[in-house]
Amino acid sequence: MSAARATGGRRVAPRSVGSTAVTPVPAGPPAGPPAGPRPPAGPPAGPPTGIDSLRPSAQVDTVQHATTDPDRAQPHRELGLKDDEYGRIREILGRRPTDAELAMYAVMWSEHCSYKSSKVHLGYFGRTTTTQMHSTMLAGIGENAGVVDIGDGWAVTFKVESHNHPSYVEPYQGAATGVGGIVRDIMAMGARPVAIADPLRFGPADGPDTRRVLAGVVAGIGGYGNSLGLPNIGGEVVFDPSYAGNPLVNALCIGTMRVEDLHLAFASGTGNKIILFGARTGLDGIGGVSVLASETFDGDEGGKGRKKLPSVQVGDPFTEKVLIECCLELFHAGLVVGIQDLGGAGLSCATSELASAGDGGMRVDLDAVPLRATGMTPAEILSSESQERMCAVVTPDDVDAFMAVCARWDTIATVIGEVTDGDRLVIDWHGETVVDVPPRTVAHDGPVYRRPVRRSDAQDVLVADVPDALPRPTAPSELRAEVLRMAASPNLCSRAWITDQYDRYVRGNTTSAQPADAGMVRVDEESGRGVAVSTDCNARFVALDPYVGTQLALAEAYRNVATSGAVPVAVTNCLNFGSPEDPHVMWQFEQAVRGLADGCAQLGIPVTGGNVSFYNQTGDRPILPTPVVGVLGVIDDVASGVPSGFTRDGDTVLLLGDTREEFGGSEWAHVVHGHLGGRPPTVDLDAERRLAELLADASVNGLLTGAHDLSDGGLAQALVEACLVGGRGAELRLEPQVDPFVALFAESAARVLVTVAPDRVEDVRARAVAAGVPVHTLGVTGGPALDVELIPALGLEELRSAWESTLPSLFGDRAT
Amino acid sequence: MITFPGTLDDADAARAVRYAGAEAVALWHGDHDLRGVAAVVVPGGFSYGDYLRAGAIASLAPIMSEVVAAAGRGMPVLGICNGFQILCEAGLLPGALVRNKGLHFVCRDQRLRVESTATAWTSALRNSQEIVVPLKSGEGRFVADAATLEELEGEGRVVFRYVGVNPNGAAADIAGVSSVDGRVVGLMPHPEHAVDPLTGPAREGLAVFESVLRVAV
Repeated sequence: MSAARATGGRRVAPRSVGSTAVTPVPAGPPAGPPAGPRPPAGPPAGPPTGIDSLRPSAQVDTVQHATTDPDRAQPHRELGLKDDEYGRIREILGRRPTDAELAMYAVMWSEHCSYKSSKVHLGYFGRTTTTQMHSTMLAGIGENAGVVDIGDGWAVTFKVESHNHPSYVEPYQGAATGVGGIVRDIMAMGARPVAIADPLRFGPADGPDTRRVLAGVVAGIGGYGNSLGLPNIGGEVVFDPSYAGNPLVNALCIGTMRVEDLHLAFASGTGNKIILFGARTGLDGIGGVSVLASETFDGDEGGKGRKKLPSVQVGDPFTEKVLIECCLELFHAGLVVGIQDLGGAGLSCATSELASAGDGGMRVDLDAVPLRATGMTPAEILSSESQERMCAVVTPDDVDAFMAVCARWDTIATVIGEVTDGDRLVIDWHGETVVDVPPRTVAHDGPVYRRPVRRSDAQDVLVADVPDALPRPTAPSELRAEVLRMAASPNLCSRAWITDQYDRYVRGNTTSAQPADAGMVRVDEESGRGVAVSTDCNARFVALDPYVGTQLALAEAYRNVATSGAVPVAVTNCLNFGSPEDPHVMWQFEQAVRGLADGCAQLGIPVTGGNVSFYNQTGDRPILPTPVVGVLGVIDDVASGVPSGFTRDGDTVLLLGDTREEFGGSEWAHVVHGHLGGRPPTVDLDAERRLAELLADASVNGLLTGAHDLSDGGLAQALVEACLVGGRGAELRLEPQVDPFVALFAESAARVLVTVAPDRVEDVRARAVAAGVPVHTLGVTGGPALDVELIPALGLEELRSAWESTLPSLFGDRAT
Repeated sequence: MITFPGTLDDADAARAVRYAGAEAVALWHGDHDLRGVAAVVVPGGFSYGDYLRAGAIASLAPIMSEVVAAAGRGMPVLGICNGFQILCEAGLLPGALVRNKGLHFVCRDQRLRVESTATAWTSALRNSQEIVVPLKSGEGRFVADAATLEELEGEGRVVFRYVGVNPNGAAADIAGVSSVDGRVVGLMPHPEHAVDPLTGPAREGLAVFESVLRVAV
């Protein structure tokens, strides 16, 4: 059982990493198009030479041809298949695959779709999930997205996926279609998408290419997400040199539904119809499969001499918005037996997965697929990643009603096949069979690799390079300057330049969004029941210790959700790593998976799904290991949510949790010294759990007027943000027994800043003591400055200017 | 409450209407039927994907010919954001909305000054009252020729003006305008997102919807 699945995953050829090539270039001379039946001993095919080779009718390779022409050379390597994988396909079929079959297997057995390098490790999630953790999970690992029961008959589904490589090649469309893909995954569960969030990572903020990538990605997320009417409620933006040639663009979506509306992807019931609906199928996003087709560089998409189209798909959010409303109407009318989105691997994936998960076979007539280009080959139609398409299984009696709903939304819908007896997926084209395979061998029984895992000796060097000797500020004026410098640094400064390009209000249920610790949306308007979500990962911690670092990512997301007043209930992830062929990367990956799974077991909340993205590297330099962890929380009434920052004057500021001298992987070491080394902060998940329970208890009882998580940049940054978000200062005194520098900048985990009305302080203190959570009084809110004893006061305007100016000055003025 | 394909803020506007104490009635772009409503809200979003030009295609939808006719009889009509663009395209309001000056989509809590309470949609507000309402648009920059601007100012038909920051480069800081009879109002900011402090920056936006209940029949 894989912890994450291919469905809806989007794919570009992994080998294009670090290259700006839009379409992967085959290593050798491409095999020419098959020119009809060919003598078995015919000469090897050459590159396309003339217009004759463009005639589609001359290109189609059928099962019949595969039998009569068994030894024809096929470009399996150019499609990313290893020789032994190709051999296995021949073994499964008892003959050579047709072009269309080869295209299907190649894309479905790719790393992105088959999880062939990660499967053996991901099984650990299943082995560590207890019965108690399973109890609220309605659908988990292996479905389009995990589904959690949040009470009162409501279910919530959520998932993060990567769209890293396309977003480097073409930032706007890559990021836009990343949003589109994750939204369709959520729709495929029967849910209404209600919010999105985007964890993003880029090269250095002042890097030469960062502006191109960041501006395009942000505009793409906004352009697509805003047009879908989905509030963007969170995410992250992190800058690090390791992402310069390989940005990370992860997209999270949350959906809600009534428990009884849950839909799963399977095709069952002989005679049931397969309906493809949404956009037409075109030549975009075909990627590597283009080696099977003749190629020219002139003409347009619809013409005879077709233009070579980019391998990155092009999104149309208007079609997707209409598709959302159309799908929801279909669900509510009870017209859908099974449903699957078309994402990575397009129809190849949708048909093989639906058939594989069902109890019969499937027959599909490709001639019925509505196309937007002429002369497409079966392999191209099956591989196209044209966006905004869904595939449904519908009983024959419901087909007319289904079509009527689609017509109302002006959505094209076409019966393209039906569920059959038996266990074959058969696909016809112009009356001939071009695919005849056992669907399970395509969708679920792909190759599995146990890649070498080896901790590199370089890890010892990294861990030994402790930050203890780095020069530290000591004088009050130095500490003051350091607070300002940190607040203005790219990873800590205000994200408003980015998040102001996203609509956070639409649907009218957003009760908290960036810069709050967690995004929160109301699910039920009557009861106020809602959900909160946070995604986090400090990849520097993960680099220093992948096991502990991943648990710290989990701890931070968990703590952020708790800080907002919600109770954490489920976990998703997006595991972004370098090449699985690098044993050290596989060691990082293995450790991260184990750390996350063990951490979830300790916290008692399940991993409901996730995504793996390998080959994130530039040349042989992998990115920092970046297992982004998303935690979902539930809150009985969003009105009891805890606001971020200092919301009132005269409240007491309390620091919950203990501070230790922990600077390995810290933002301070990174910003001030460009240093990465030593050990990450200690992780204590029991302490995190006690803290979360205390926060839940205090917020439900209305004891907290504000709260803010301590993480990157430590207490200093938390105070700066609490002041600026709340629009008021505070008079504070640091813990006397801790060195002021350590108190301000250490990044010890399990700490939260809370504000409490003076007459409730003793109550909160007593609850903290009972819960075993250390509590320290720091001071009182109010005034025009962040005034920390022993340090010259920092006026709010000076702080605001430092915090807010960085991104606009790097990436262009805000519209304002 | 009209829904076009691509309309996004229809549920939000319906909620605001309910909060104000009225019944929200869903109207479909393809129908020729206003279903007996007393006032029409054209909500925000990206009708028809904003293809061709924001609001241009929606202004030709069957329901809009009914809205134009009803407005001619004095029915109150409110266009919010994309709805404002549609009313301009339909000829019910003067001027046009073009790409923001900064080119980016802008989502922010925007301070507005009420410049006219003599419309069907602002009578529950006070003259010169300042309210905070979310603005979220990429093509929200109001433009008109000099004569039109002079006419709007002269006739007191500038209904809302941006205060503090002009977020999109709008002419004369104009956020919203009205028809000659004050029955049709369009504005770029979203009063329906300022009806509950839990989900918006303030609740003064509700007054827009309460206003129309005083005059609608």
